[in-house]
Amino acid sequence: MLTNQMNDQPEGLNGETCAPVCDRRGFLRRGVGALGASVAALVILDLGELKALAQKAGVPTRPAGPVLGGYDWTKHNYVYLIDLRKCIGCGSCVRACYRENDVPAGYFRTWVERYQVSAVGELVIDSPNGGKDGFEPSIIGYEVAKGFFFPKLCCHCTNTPCVQLCPVGASYRTLDGVVLVDEKRCVGCGYCVQACPYGSRFLHPVTHTASKCTLCYHRLTRGLEQACVQACPVGARRLGDTKKLGDEVARIIATERVQILQPELLTEPNCFYLGLTKEAR
Amino acid sequence: MSEYGGFVFPNDLHILWGLMIVMYPYVTGLVAGAFILSSLYHVFHRNELQPIGRLALVASLGFLLFAPMTLLLHLGHPERCFNIMLTPNLSSAMAMFGFIYAGYLALLVFEIWLVHRADIIVLATRSRGIVRTFYKVLALGVYDVSAEARHVDHGVLVILAGLGIPTAALLHGYVGFIFGAVKANPWWNTPLMPVIFLCSAIVSGIAMVVILYQIGMKFSGRRIDATCMQSLARWLWLFVILSVTLELLEIMTLAYKAAEEWKVIAPLLGGRLAFSFIGVQLILGALIPIILLGVVVLMSRYLTDQIRNTLCFISSLLLLLQVFAMRWNVVVGGQIFSKSLRGFRESYVPELFEKEGVALAILIIVLPLVFIALFNRVLPVFEPIAEEEGAEDAVQPA
Repeated sequence: MLTNQMNDQPEGLNGETCAPVCDRRGFLRRGVGALGASVAALVILDLGELKALAQKAGVPTRPAGPVLGGYDWTKHNYVYLIDLRKCIGCGSCVRACYRENDVPAGYFRTWVERYQVSAVGELVIDSPNGGKDGFEPSIIGYEVAKGFFFPKLCCHCTNTPCVQLCPVGASYRTLDGVVLVDEKRCVGCGYCVQACPYGSRFLHPVTHTASKCTLCYHRLTRGLEQACVQACPVGARRLGDTKKLGDEVARIIATERVQILQPELLTEPNCFYLGLTKEAR
Repeated sequence: MSEYGGFVFPNDLHILWGLMIVMYPYVTGLVAGAFILSSLYHVFHRNELQPIGRLALVASLGFLLFAPMTLLLHLGHPERCFNIMLTPNLSSAMAMFGFIYAGYLALLVFEIWLVHRADIIVLATRSRGIVRTFYKVLALGVYDVSAEARHVDHGVLVILAGLGIPTAALLHGYVGFIFGAVKANPWWNTPLMPVIFLCSAIVSGIAMVVILYQIGMKFSGRRIDATCMQSLARWLWLFVILSVTLELLEIMTLAYKAAEEWKVIAPLLGGRLAFSFIGVQLILGALIPIILLGVVVLMSRYLTDQIRNTLCFISSLLLLLQVFAMRWNVVVGGQIFSKSLRGFRESYVPELFEKEGVALAILIIVLPLVFIALFNRVLPVFEPIAEEEGAEDAVQPA
């Protein structure tokens, strides 16, 4: 139903002849030209300039040297060791973590589980309030053949899914082996929470960003022990450093039968357990 | 301890991804499905689908425009959403969203413009004053509708629509990948996930177009094209069978392997998900439409147009419900059990008025429909003013 009217439309519409300006080929050529020019402009804005822009906008960049306030993060590689045979389930670690890190109620950067296994494999696991208030004696329908307390925290995995799939790069792993979240970058999508097989991440109900164990990085970099390690009355929790000569924890991990959680996922946890048993997950 | 007596990790008490994350794959599924349907006409020249060729494209755009709303409502910090394009983490599948979305949007808008170009020029001719200026702007200064120009248009259109198929598949397959790649969650972690998502996306896209087409025809007082409806029914039947087969295959594999995760998935399917999975996703939403569409496809010559249209309409409504149930069962279902694989979390029921509530979810479905209606006021979605295919018509004097 297009008519001849259409063919002389340019004149009709603009009141003047504009055939050379309005022709399709010219239009496309100009479009491609404009596109090329903008790409060129982007290329000319060199990387250094972009970096400066990013810094101005508050995007954190890696510090120029390895030393930050006297702390050299290239000289450390932290590992964590939990001896399940020693833990008495007092919950001091959980309370200490709450005090130190201002953890929101009902969420846990570290927690303690209690396993009660019967001789024939019946199993009751509990962790009332994350073990923060310790454990009441429990009455279950069988005689406990094997019972133990099971402290957990972020495993600070080397090959961690949470860092891999954070869309904005807010989750990252430091050079000294600690998995952290940049609260100023995090968009709060919760993907990392879904991806952690150990349940050690949560969305902070106030900041609406991902939150987790930082291995008390603020203390670590000042040469202090973690709150949980310091609070443990039986020495069940210990921090080691594989780059420190003669480190006792590093020696135990290297020479004794230590185990990790869910090794089949190949996340390469850096939290090691002594005395882990088949029921534990 | 959960209500089922199993053990739940202390951080796993609540369901983190709620209604909006169910809506997100649902809406992008409609987008991808409608687009792939439209390319059956634009690329593969299934000419019987000509009556819905434009509608499918515009519907795809409508839902695409409002798809990010679901994510923005979900994010803890929506104001930082552009971080995903400013500082994308290249190892993250999710980081690709911004780029895929932007690319697809550009492609879709360009394709719709090309499809409607002749109409825009006709409308610019017919109108006066400010309306004419509006159409002139839409025409982007190009008024060439000669046979040669339209031939080039058609060539570009086929290329665009052809490019659009992998892009649409990527836009939606990537959503499936987001779930399929989470190794911590055995209900999500399967390479089948992107394929299942794509198939059900096509189902929902076709079902939506069937409904919009029938309603559009009803309101404009035109006849529903029987050949077109028959063809839609056939495609719909094919993809719903494919989609349900894959969904069942996944469950059967899990059950037969009976690995660690089946101990928590079996009680999940028989318990907390029994209604939405067995009741809605498999029986009401799949079995019934498969039978109804089977009647349309296999007994076509015994059906009157009215019966065919009614059967297709009912099946499409049920299938839209089925795909929603499937999204729900994946997203929410995958979070019901704790990652301890030993217990269930608190139950999740979205509220009516909250950030991720039912009211806003309905709005996200309604707004694209409003967009399509408005678009139809500006440029006809159903019947082209300028004859679309016939380049000869274009130059013939009236």
